[in-house]
Amino acid sequence: MNLEVEIGGLKLRNPVMTASGTFGYGEEYSGFVDLNQLGAIVVKGISLKPMQGNPPPRISETPCGMLNAIGLQNVGLELFLKEKLPFLRKFDTRVIVNILGNSLKEYQKISEALDDAGVDAIELNVSCPNVQQGGIMFGTDRKMLGQLITGVKNIVKNTVLITKLSPTVSDIKEFAKTAEDSGSDAISLINTIPGMSIDINTRRPRLKNITGGLSGPAIRPVAVRMVYEAYNAVKIPVIGMGGIMNADDAIEFFIAGASAIAVGTANFVNPEATTGILSGLIKYMERENIERISSLTGSLDIG
Amino acid sequence: MSRYFRAKIRENLPLNRNHKLLTLETSSPENEPLPGQFYMLGVNRGGYDPLLKRAFSLFRKTSDGFQILYRIKGKGTSLLGGMKEGDMIDMIGPLGRSYPVPETGRTPLVIAGGVGMASVFSLIESIPERSYVFYGAKSKDELFMLDELGALSKGLYISTDDGSLGKKGNIAGVLEDFWGRKHETEDQYLIYACGPKPLLGLIARTASSHSIQAFVSLEEQMACGIGACLGCAVRVKSPVSVLQGSEQDFIYRKVCKDGPVFDAAEILW
Repeated sequence: MNLEVEIGGLKLRNPVMTASGTFGYGEEYSGFVDLNQLGAIVVKGISLKPMQGNPPPRISETPCGMLNAIGLQNVGLELFLKEKLPFLRKFDTRVIVNILGNSLKEYQKISEALDDAGVDAIELNVSCPNVQQGGIMFGTDRKMLGQLITGVKNIVKNTVLITKLSPTVSDIKEFAKTAEDSGSDAISLINTIPGMSIDINTRRPRLKNITGGLSGPAIRPVAVRMVYEAYNAVKIPVIGMGGIMNADDAIEFFIAGASAIAVGTANFVNPEATTGILSGLIKYMERENIERISSLTGSLDIG
Repeated sequence: MSRYFRAKIRENLPLNRNHKLLTLETSSPENEPLPGQFYMLGVNRGGYDPLLKRAFSLFRKTSDGFQILYRIKGKGTSLLGGMKEGDMIDMIGPLGRSYPVPETGRTPLVIAGGVGMASVFSLIESIPERSYVFYGAKSKDELFMLDELGALSKGLYISTDDGSLGKKGNIAGVLEDFWGRKHETEDQYLIYACGPKPLLGLIARTASSHSIQAFVSLEEQMACGIGACLGCAVRVKSPVSVLQGSEQDFIYRKVCKDGPVFDAAEILW
């Protein structure tokens, strides 16, 4: 049985990744899962300077999901390289760093440092809905997105470039194509979907930020549809995510067109979700006589 | 070391119309919880609504597990309330920082507002120094373990909002009376408190005005309980501002991992 997948030249032991912002810097989960078993760890988004994040309440549960407005709280590039990356390097897994910035220059500075540090891939966050500096202006304007990707691609020497697309666009196919044409090695989707929840007794928003990003199984059908559309629009690999709770959910994404998948909110509910999904995938492959996981990608049968 | 495991419900005992005492059997003596620590409990019986686990303080250790005292107030706790003996429950724990053990010679003042007793009871039980206990609730029927508390403490002071037992009003008022006729020099006291945030803020001010160190257990919405989601942020004075006495600068700390027990002087109330 072959679980290996390739994301823009980067070989992953298996297609199970973590979604940025749901797995900390890896160490938070090292007591629960063997990090060596993961295909890749995608860390919490890193900015040039540390960010405080938004005032609480930052999260609120919704039916089959949750809203969050963390506000990209992170340790910043310098501390990440000094304190967080060395820990991750002790494990035999791929390290993918999600990055965000206010300007092309900031994205370039971070990318250059990460490229020098030898991380396996950079995931461009152009889709955080919760802060103005979350890069969303890059994620919702195709021209700006193209310039950003080209600008970063020209800087990095070895690092694989993944662009995380925003779901808040009218046509995901166009943005997927822009990413491909501008030199992105792969795309990942979807980020959270902007949402809102109100306490009717106090008439106050449940999040201090008023709006937040919806994640969890509630958004899965939207994510599957977008992965399907993006897969059919581009040739570069698609990393699928959005409400994956178990192996069955993950398989749905592979069939829709994902080459790899990322587990997000499920990590909060079950800290062992990633490895559980991996064993479920293996069982499915055995049952269905699938030799290579990659053969499942885009295997949708529309009759 | 915290871990993800399943425990069996031995008893889910009603204490009154909206409070229950949950007794769980675990097979993990190596993961002994400490007073002030908490567990994330899966209250779901299948499906994804509610999705997230709920944080509950350790109430008391037992010979083969532990207990949780909880108030039924929403969907999650209602589901937990409906669970029965023999049911299995998913959980992560024990989590977070515990109450620091008082140095010898210091007299602990332990303050609980309402279901905050759930967090401080095991502390009162386990610390060698006998403490003065201040316990406030809405009414008499929401005060629990009074006999045990009476036996464990040096003095038990009660208040209720409706005056059905003890002094009418807030427990912070009872604490004020206590200062008026204090039994020992103030620097020997040490405060531990858990309850609604406004009460804890009040206690923090009182403690500071009497120059007494106070440890408070905080609560905030959290998804994971293990420091990954960054949902449970609390404003803490940054080290620089502590020195300068300025409250302009602050940093966010995680209730789940940096807390839930904090030195009250660190918190920006």
